[in-house]
Parts: sequence; structure tokens; C-alpha cells
Amino acid sequence: MEIDPFIFRLSIFILSIFIGYFVVWSVTPSLHTPLMSVTNAISSVIIVGAIIASFSSLEGSSISFSNILGFVAVTLAAINIFGGFLVTQRMLQMYKKKEKKKNK
Amino acid sequence: MSANLSSLLFLTTGVLFILALRGLSSPETSRMGNLFGITGMILAIIVSILSVDIFFSNLIYFMIALSIGGVIGGIIAFKIPMTAMPQLVAGFHSLVGLAAVLVAVSAYYSPDSFGLGAFQKIKTASIIEMGLGVSIGAITFTGSIIAFMKLQGLMSGSPITFPGQHYLNALLGILIISLIGYLIINQSQQIFWILIVASLFIGFLIIIPIGGADMPVVISMLNSYSGWAAAGIGFTLENTALIITGALVGSSGAILSYIMCKGMNRSFLNVILGGFGTDNSSSDTKEKTEQKPVKSGNAEDAAFLMKNASSVIIVPGYGMAVAQAQHALREMVDKLKKNDVKVSYAIHPVAGRMPGHMNVLLAEANVPYDEVFELDDINNDFANTDVAYVIGANDVTNPVAKTDPKSPIFGMPILDVEKCKSVLFIKRSMSPGYAGVDNELFYRDNTLMLFADAKKMTEDIVKHLD
Repeated sequence: MEIDPFIFRLSIFILSIFIGYFVVWSVTPSLHTPLMSVTNAISSVIIVGAIIASFSSLEGSSISFSNILGFVAVTLAAINIFGGFLVTQRMLQMYKKKEKKKNK
Repeated sequence: MSANLSSLLFLTTGVLFILALRGLSSPETSRMGNLFGITGMILAIIVSILSVDIFFSNLIYFMIALSIGGVIGGIIAFKIPMTAMPQLVAGFHSLVGLAAVLVAVSAYYSPDSFGLGAFQKIKTASIIEMGLGVSIGAITFTGSIIAFMKLQGLMSGSPITFPGQHYLNALLGILIISLIGYLIINQSQQIFWILIVASLFIGFLIIIPIGGADMPVVISMLNSYSGWAAAGIGFTLENTALIITGALVGSSGAILSYIMCKGMNRSFLNVILGGFGTDNSSSDTKEKTEQKPVKSGNAEDAAFLMKNASSVIIVPGYGMAVAQAQHALREMVDKLKKNDVKVSYAIHPVAGRMPGHMNVLLAEANVPYDEVFELDDINNDFANTDVAYVIGANDVTNPVAKTDPKSPIFGMPILDVEKCKSVLFIKRSMSPGYAGVDNELFYRDNTLMLFADAKKMTEDIVKHLD
């Protein structure tokens, strides 16, 4: 009997939860804020759905309701992608080690 | 692009995102991690554009949408002050939630483009996944908006409760689950939209009873929700990148919620059911309001104490963020170091309004991260320290959490500030902390209260250190 592709996706999902569990526990507590902003940025990968929606076509060539929803979703996801990654980068730049005492 | 190739590339995106999170295990590798994340995202966008049939008019609109979003996001990222990170993250979560809803609605109306069957004849598995995705997305959207408004001060941070609240929530929850079930039999537009409206409404209801200081839990929880919403949409679209990312973000948010709850010694359910300090606990404290003697001092006293100390531990809290005192604080510490005083920082897990909030503010003020310690790493040092400088923190230092089983904060892990030889406590007034509990530390002989704004007091101390 053939296995439903859904089962494969479910397997990926479950295993990813475990990966997430172990990877996130290893994140140092001082970086928890960047962790939140970067997870927020990567969850905007939902833009792949927004792209499909933006280019979905009905019989006619005119812009459909789904297309408009797609464009709005692309805008929202783009705010998140650019905003999320850039603000994370900005935060991470600030985490510096103690400078070597040069003036001694 | 062939379906197999695009699937493999989406899998690559997922792997790059895992590496992005992995990078955060130390500040040195974190910047590299962020680059992995950006690479993964660019890859995902390129692959999805190559996988759809492009027609020119839509491509123009798509590029416009992408640029508008990019410019807005870029401006926000560079302009936002670090003290506003909690509300920024809450706001961003709401966007992910709304995007998930829009994608699901779009998929509902043109399922053929998504490969899900025909309108109102969507495959059973897909409609369930879609229902879950749209519902969690809607909850994330309104919940995050409320969290954003509370954090931004557009709405009172105090819990809003009304009789029958939990029953209403339970009822709505049951309604949402039944509606998703009903969609299997009847994919009518009405059912789909009622599901969305009910989810929007429950998102709003879940967050309004939660108070300001519980925000670290709420933000982490919404972080988790936005992940599950993405995963739901990922299942609908049969997209590996979304499924992996959703699972990563979902479990990340869940772990952070757990850490925050543990930091307050409260169960997750207890936080969600809301209203800390609003219930009967406040009646207890009233009887003790007879005036107890408090030693208060000024900047000169504080400067003198710290200058002659050999070690100082700084305990920052939300008040430091509100007063934007982190730069003044760093200046003070620089002066102290010149006097050969050993200075370190102690951070409680729930200090501030989001996980790691204090660390970011200190990093912004150029405090090297290896001088900043977590509760477990520094708590034993208080006993050998001369001065603790408590700036904007309160409940997290209250010894009552260890001594009084009746106190609402009993059992919460605290920073053992009271073991220091002397404690400097900056506070604007004697008012109790968020939990509504009097801090007995104020009345100790070795405590010197500094009544002032955190920033102003710190600046004054700096002047007196010269």
C-alpha cells in the first residue's frame, strides 16, 4: 500500500519540532530577544504562499480577489522579512566582548 | 522548475533556518547565523517565483508590494529604539498572523492555483489544515495587536476582566473547533468567514485579561502561535520550508514561554487565565501598611558607598528601560571601574517585558556581554558583594518569595540581593511592585532607598563620583 504524502509532511513536522526544541535550548539566554526577532523574520517565509496567491489566475487575465490578497500578504511579509532580519542584525552588532585593555 | 527540485530547495531553506537559530548559541556565531537566515529567505522567494506561472502585470504589482514592505520594514528596523523591542516584536507577530489569514483566504477562493482542488471542493485534508492555519493566524493577529497596544501604552497595561470571561472563551474555543470540523462537510463561505471572525474575537479575548508584567509570557506565546499558523499554512500548501519553519518557531516560542513561566514560578495556565495581583491577594497586604522606618539617601551617599566598595552588582529591571537609563548606567560603571571596583550585572529571567530585554539594552549601551550574568550564574556572588545597585527592578528581589508561603510571588526564584553588605534601591516612590506585594527589602537596615527617576539618579551619582 502506498503511503499518503501527508504522512511524510507530518514526519518532517514532528522531527522539526524536536530539532527546534534542542536548538532553542542551546540558545544563550542573553540572546533571547534576537531569537524572537529572528524567528519572527523566518516565519515570514509564509511569503511563499503569498507569492502563489499573487500569481494565481482565474480564467480572465484581470486581477482577481485572490491576487489582491496575495499582494497585501506580500507587503506584510516583506515588512517582516526586512524589518525582522535587519533589526536582528542591528541588535547582534551590539553584542561585543570586553575590549582588550589597550590604554594600560 | 520541477516540483522535485523546488522541494529540495525548500528543504535547503529549512536547513538554513535551523543553522540561523543554531548560530544564536553564542554571540560570536550569531551574526553568521543571521546571514544563514537571510540566505534561506532569499532562496525561498526565488524558488517560489520560479515555480509559478509569471505574467507581467502581476509581476509589477508583486515587485511594488515587495518594495513597499521592504522600505517600511527597513525604516522601522533602523529607527526603532531598543527600549521599544517588545512592542516591535508584538507588532511583527501580528503581521505574520494577518499574512497567514490572507494566504488562507486566497487559497480558499482560488484553490486550483494552490493545487488543492476546485472552489468549495477542496480536498478534506487541505480544508482542515487551512481551517487550522487561518484560525491560529487570526488569533495571532488580534492577540498581538492587543499586546502591542498594551506595550506601547495605547491601552492600559492592567488586566481587563469581566464575569463569565472564561466561559465565553471556552464556548468560542468549542465553536472554532466545531466550525473546522463542519468545513469538512460544508465548505460554504459563511462557515469559513464565521470561523475567521470567531478566531479574531478569541485572540482579542485571550490577551486583554493579561497584565503588563506577564507580557514576557504573552509575547513568547504569540511567537509560538505565529509559528503554528505558518506550519498550518505549510501543510495546506504542501510546502516543506513552511512546515519546518513553523515547527521551529512554534517550539521556540513554546520554550521561551516555559522559561518565562518558570522565572515567575507560575503555571502557563495561571498566566493565561489572567489577572495577577487583581484577586484577593491585595487584601492581605493592606493590614501591614503601618509606616515602617525606611532609610533614604541621596546621590552623594550612593556615590560614596560605591566608590569605597570593592565589588558592585547591578540589578536592572523594567524601570531602567522606561527611564532609558542604560547609557547613564554604563557611564557610572566606567567611573567605578576606574576606581578599581569590580562591577557585574545580574539579570532575572523575567526582568523587562520580553525574554532577554535587559541584555539587549545593556548591549546597546556597550556593556560587554561577558559582564552580564543570568540568575543561576551570579546568585551565589551576592553574599560576597559590597553593594547591590537595584535599578528599576522590584519583585524579582523580594525575599518574601522565599519566606512567606502566603505571598502571591512565593516560590518565584529571586536574586539574593539581600545578602549584599548594602543595597541601593532606586525607586520613584514606595509603591509596591507589579505583583502588589510590599518589598520587605525596603525596610532592611542595610538598604538605602534612592527616591528618584532611575536615569536622573544615575546621572547625579556619576557627577558625585568625580
